[in-house]
Amino acid sequence: MYSYNDFDEAFVRERVAQFSAQVERRIDGSLTEDEFKPLRLMNGLYLQLHAYMLRVAVPYGTLSAPQMRQLAYIADTWDKGYGHFTTRQNIQYNWPELKDVPAMLSALADVGMHAIQTSGNTIRNVTADQFAGAAADEIEDPRPVAELLRQWSTDHPEFQFLPRKFKIAVTGSSTDRAVTKAHDIGLRMVRNDAGEPGFEVIIGGGLGRTPMVGKIVRDFLPKADLLPYCEAIVSVYNVLGRRDNKYKARIKITVHENGLDVMRDKIEAAFAEKKAQFDGVDQEMLAEIEQHFAAPAFKTADTSGYEAARLANPAFRSWTDTNLAAHRADGYSIVSISIKKHGATPGDATSDQMGVMADLAEKYGHGELRISHEQNVILPHVHQSDLHAVYSALRAADLATANIGLISDIIACPGMDYCALATARSIPVAQEIAERFDELKLEHEVGPLKIKISGCINACGHHHVGHIGILGLDRAGVESYQITLGGSGMEDATIGERAGRGFSADEIVPAIERLVLGYLDLRHDADETFLEAYRRLGAAPFKAVLYPSDAKADAA
Amino acid sequence: MSQIINDLGFVTDAQAFTFVEPDHLAANADAASVAIDLPSDASADDLAQNLSQLSAVRIDFPSFADGRGFTIAKRLRELGFTGHIRARGHVIADQYAMARRSGFDDVEISDDLAARQPQDQWLARANWQAHDYQSRLKRRA
Repeated sequence: MYSYNDFDEAFVRERVAQFSAQVERRIDGSLTEDEFKPLRLMNGLYLQLHAYMLRVAVPYGTLSAPQMRQLAYIADTWDKGYGHFTTRQNIQYNWPELKDVPAMLSALADVGMHAIQTSGNTIRNVTADQFAGAAADEIEDPRPVAELLRQWSTDHPEFQFLPRKFKIAVTGSSTDRAVTKAHDIGLRMVRNDAGEPGFEVIIGGGLGRTPMVGKIVRDFLPKADLLPYCEAIVSVYNVLGRRDNKYKARIKITVHENGLDVMRDKIEAAFAEKKAQFDGVDQEMLAEIEQHFAAPAFKTADTSGYEAARLANPAFRSWTDTNLAAHRADGYSIVSISIKKHGATPGDATSDQMGVMADLAEKYGHGELRISHEQNVILPHVHQSDLHAVYSALRAADLATANIGLISDIIACPGMDYCALATARSIPVAQEIAERFDELKLEHEVGPLKIKISGCINACGHHHVGHIGILGLDRAGVESYQITLGGSGMEDATIGERAGRGFSADEIVPAIERLVLGYLDLRHDADETFLEAYRRLGAAPFKAVLYPSDAKADAA
Repeated sequence: MSQIINDLGFVTDAQAFTFVEPDHLAANADAASVAIDLPSDASADDLAQNLSQLSAVRIDFPSFADGRGFTIAKRLRELGFTGHIRARGHVIADQYAMARRSGFDDVEISDDLAARQPQDQWLARANWQAHDYQSRLKRRA
């Protein structure tokens, strides 16, 4: 794992001092509220519905055990004893006092963390595959490159006042767990015909009120050209992106309005100039960063106890069926810890739970943890002989929900319970759906199904790429939930289609129930997932179960 | 009146450039040592052929939130411009390091803004060469 060098350390300390001074200068009137706002945002501090919110960067979703423990300490000391893991692999604290924020930032710096550029019109925290360095299907670990991008984008002098926010994601696997096609820049690590490493570069993806699947601007970018090429993309966007309308300011609109070919020409022209400014120092730094991410010393041990425990304990077996993923090392598994207990707030973990996860990482997981964009926590390297012990400890901490990838593993934005932008509640809808299907005992029967819920058109809950997406709107002061169907955030990225008219807060959970029960009737067999069935059959039969009275009217 | 700021703090305008509109270049093909004013929606590339005629370029910041000027200055440097580049308008002390790192030589702000953000707040960022990831990642000096 990356650990700060003297430069990084001095940088974050200096930044905390600068922000402390900015808070004072706001109070003494040197900075107007308008001027202070982007400065606090580029340090992760939002003003929410009820209080400030501090969004802490978990770069590319990777945490060490001491870092996780520090997050717990911060939650206990300056917040209400919990934190919220987000869809961009960050953690948010919902109740800090402005006066405490510099101390919170200092506490983060103590463990090599920060909240820099987690908001504002800047290049945001770079996200990556949460299974990086562990996945069996990986070409190369994307985290060293993500760390290089973090350093390059941090405090980049040209790009602190962009037209709008700018998000970059990297995946090192052909299975796209980083939603690269829904980012301003998506990077897929590939190899060319000669076997050299590089990237397929995607630009202009994004969700929000105008969802777009990103477009490939370069089929193969040699690995060494990454920084000058990214710098070219962002500099073209900085002058070309619209500043007259914030809803048309993202690069997806710039690409849409100017056309991909014009963008490509401008980017390639800028790249030719930028490339000359890099003489290979960045690649030397990358080589050094790569050493930080060397694989841990994997052990070998007898796994017969694991098999025996699976046979003996159905609850453990169920958990291993849903919450494990294939690891590249023999005898190892990737453990996903569900932060989606039925009826709880998706992504919320208490400080005690954070402490338990940190301890488990230290004892059984080579000290590593990850945050996924699906708002769960990952122990990327656990030997199968330790799985039962891990499971037992998780169970004792109320963290052993066996639902990864299932209907109750819902992404939900904070919604109207916290967010100043929200037009409807998201969390209660997620809670009710999870509880309902738990009650029906149908979750495992239904199988892989991604429900994603956003409480407003800005789509923080990624509803456009949910197999079932739910968008909460305000219709004349009343919450109304629109359903979209058939979305995907994976390598086959697809924007879901709107099913029809919205449902009230009372109707939405029964509507989802009809939809899912309808799928069970419609599917070819138990192996055909919801998404596969939808793609085979199209929207019509699903709309018929969602709107039964319309179907009757048609028949009459 | 306005205030010029560089690494020494609040200074008087030693060069005393006389800034003119960019179309002056078109009307005076042989002009030399011209100082021009550039709006924030201008393209640096449009000046590529005229760089040798220019002594200074003053780039407008209509709002501190409009970050185009940083890329315009950077682009001028990439095109090989070695003359003076000044940022004028709504630039705040917190942006001084960004401006210097992007290729600006100094900043020109209103007297009102200079009163609200006095010299010490700008000098606090005069160490713009320190703590700079960019200079670590690019060419060796």
